[in-house]
Amino acid sequence: MATLNDYLLVSGLLFAIGLAGVVLRRNIIIVFMCLELMLSAANLTLVAFSRFHVSPNGLPDYNGQMLVFFVITVAAAEVAVGLAIIVALYRARQTIHTDELTSLKG
Amino acid sequence: MNPAWFLLFLPLAVAAANQLVLKKTGLAPIVSVASALATFMIAVLLLGKNETAHFAWATIGDFSINIGIKLDQLSTGMMIVVTGVGLLVHVFSLAYMKDDAAKARYFTGLSLFMFSMTGIVLADNFIMTFIFWELVGLSSYLLIGHWYQKDSAADAAKKAFLCNRIGDFGFMVGILMLWGITGHLAFDSMKGGLEAFQTANPAIFGGVLSAAVLCIFCGAVGKSAQLPLHVWLPDAMEGPTPVSALIHAATMVAAGVYMLFRLQFTLGFEVFEGLQASAIIAWTGGITALVAALMATQQDDIKRVLAYSTLSQLGYMVMAVGLVSGEAGMFHLFTHAWFKALLFLGSGAVIFACHHEQDIFKMGGILKKMPITSITFFIGVLALCGVYGFAGFYSKDAILVAGGLDSTVIFALLTLGAFLTAGYMGRLVWIVFFGEPKSDAASHAHESGFSMVLRLVILAVLSVVGGWIGVWPEATGEIIRDNLEHLHHAEGHDAMHSKVMLLGSAAWIVGLLGSFLFYGVGKNGDALQNRAKPVYEFLKARLWFDEIYGFYVAKIQQRFAVLLSVLDIFLIKGLFVRGSAGLVGLVGACSRSLHVGNIHGYVYWFLAGIILLWALAAGVAL
Repeated sequence: MATLNDYLLVSGLLFAIGLAGVVLRRNIIIVFMCLELMLSAANLTLVAFSRFHVSPNGLPDYNGQMLVFFVITVAAAEVAVGLAIIVALYRARQTIHTDELTSLKG
Repeated sequence: MNPAWFLLFLPLAVAAANQLVLKKTGLAPIVSVASALATFMIAVLLLGKNETAHFAWATIGDFSINIGIKLDQLSTGMMIVVTGVGLLVHVFSLAYMKDDAAKARYFTGLSLFMFSMTGIVLADNFIMTFIFWELVGLSSYLLIGHWYQKDSAADAAKKAFLCNRIGDFGFMVGILMLWGITGHLAFDSMKGGLEAFQTANPAIFGGVLSAAVLCIFCGAVGKSAQLPLHVWLPDAMEGPTPVSALIHAATMVAAGVYMLFRLQFTLGFEVFEGLQASAIIAWTGGITALVAALMATQQDDIKRVLAYSTLSQLGYMVMAVGLVSGEAGMFHLFTHAWFKALLFLGSGAVIFACHHEQDIFKMGGILKKMPITSITFFIGVLALCGVYGFAGFYSKDAILVAGGLDSTVIFALLTLGAFLTAGYMGRLVWIVFFGEPKSDAASHAHESGFSMVLRLVILAVLSVVGGWIGVWPEATGEIIRDNLEHLHHAEGHDAMHSKVMLLGSAAWIVGLLGSFLFYGVGKNGDALQNRAKPVYEFLKARLWFDEIYGFYVAKIQQRFAVLLSVLDIFLIKGLFVRGSAGLVGLVGACSRSLHVGNIHGYVYWFLAGIILLWALAAGVAL
């Protein structure tokens, strides 16, 4: 049976992969997917803690799982908006390569 | 409507019309002279009136600054002098400035001067006096600097203005102090306020009033060219001769004495008795009278001799005010106005006849060439020396009596001054009018035109009868006459009067004879130069006043100014203003360089931020 540490290890790995993707990749869609990966890592952590934090009546602490539902919903909305932005960006600039998108200068 | 308003504003209207409309037409001189004539006639009509009128010029809350006119014997009498001499000068200027290219500007200046001077004389409150006081300074600046193409004239104008400004600053402070003490600015209500202050604060009354009077006296020191601010007046001779006469004889320099007497008259003579300020005023006047007479003995420029003589006579007047016998000073002002105008116009006629030669050692033998001018000039000299029967005698006599009743030292100063007066005027007369002509210009001199001679004769007559109070009592005014009567009844007057008669007459006889023996007639050089060179050079350099001021301005004030300028450039401008702007700019430049526009760049910053937050939370850093 898997312990809490195993879950956290997987979650940490997922987060690290996501972060590395965000930092290193240049394709904005990959970056976006990596962001989602980091969100999933956080969700996994929340669910794991929820499962292993048992209240006195023998049931797991469902508060963590409730939070995960919210995160998933918000993430879904965010994906919709994000993808729309990427499409619009592509239409405007004909590129989704982050090195070429430098108009955010001060 | 009171005709005095017309008297006040006519010259202003004429000045404006001259400068704005009539500049090109050549009518300006005529209009100015007509206005001078009109003002003189109004002044005669106003004699003996006793009225006040005013309107609010600026109102702030319940405080208002008034422009007003106060007619009493003092101001109407003074108006006769101002407009009378002004009229003569206007007429004289017609001939003297006939060929000047900027006649319109000159006559505009004259009219502006008349306006300012009328304002000072008629003012019914101190703020108005101050406003017109400054206007007089401005118009004298314009007139002295009329030939501004000449560096010396432009410098003299600047010097006059600056010296006056120094005095005027004190004057302003004094007016404000007096306002603080009495709570009033109008002359009429000032005395009541002063008495209230005296009852409320008897302990500090004398000191505070002394300080206020001394500050106001600063203004008179500047305008009436008393020591140590006298340096502008001789330089002011750079202006056209009629201006010298106008500024010196009657008006600008007399304004200081008039104002002091007005102050004394307003606050009451009794508060000035024993006031410390009075003693300081008297001593300033006495020392000026003597020092200026000393300087006059070694001037070669005929107009400068007269200028120093004016300084000296003003010293007498100021001293009389300081001795709380201001009426004697005012009396001397009235008589002095006529004979000094005569001397200035006479010297102007001589200068004009000698083709603008002003050096007395290049003249000589003028008596034969210009007999009438010379004789009128002699009358002026005798009046100035205080010869019995001439106008100057009566007024100088009154001042000498007042001085003698006060202290022996002051009396000695005055008698010595009178002796020197006769000395330097004698020197002028012997060298200029007798002997042989010492230049081509002087040998071709000839009598001036009829109108010029007529004016000299009129002034000569006035220089004789001007002192006979009985002839025209309204002009000199009952105030003066009554107060002179008062002086006559003072203790020890009769003995003092005989002493003054004796010593005063001795002074001018010894002075005139001594100068005759010492200088001889028609000499080429100065006798004192050969016999006592150090004394000659000391006097010639005018006691080094200009040098001392030059040293002070160039070496002390200028260095201080340089220091301040360095502080200003480096500390204020460099460090505070530029420095703070630079710092903000630097911060801006640094933070702008962080914004590379690359998303990955921001991600790294984001990461760095997280690490920092983590480190803070974990307590690693700091």
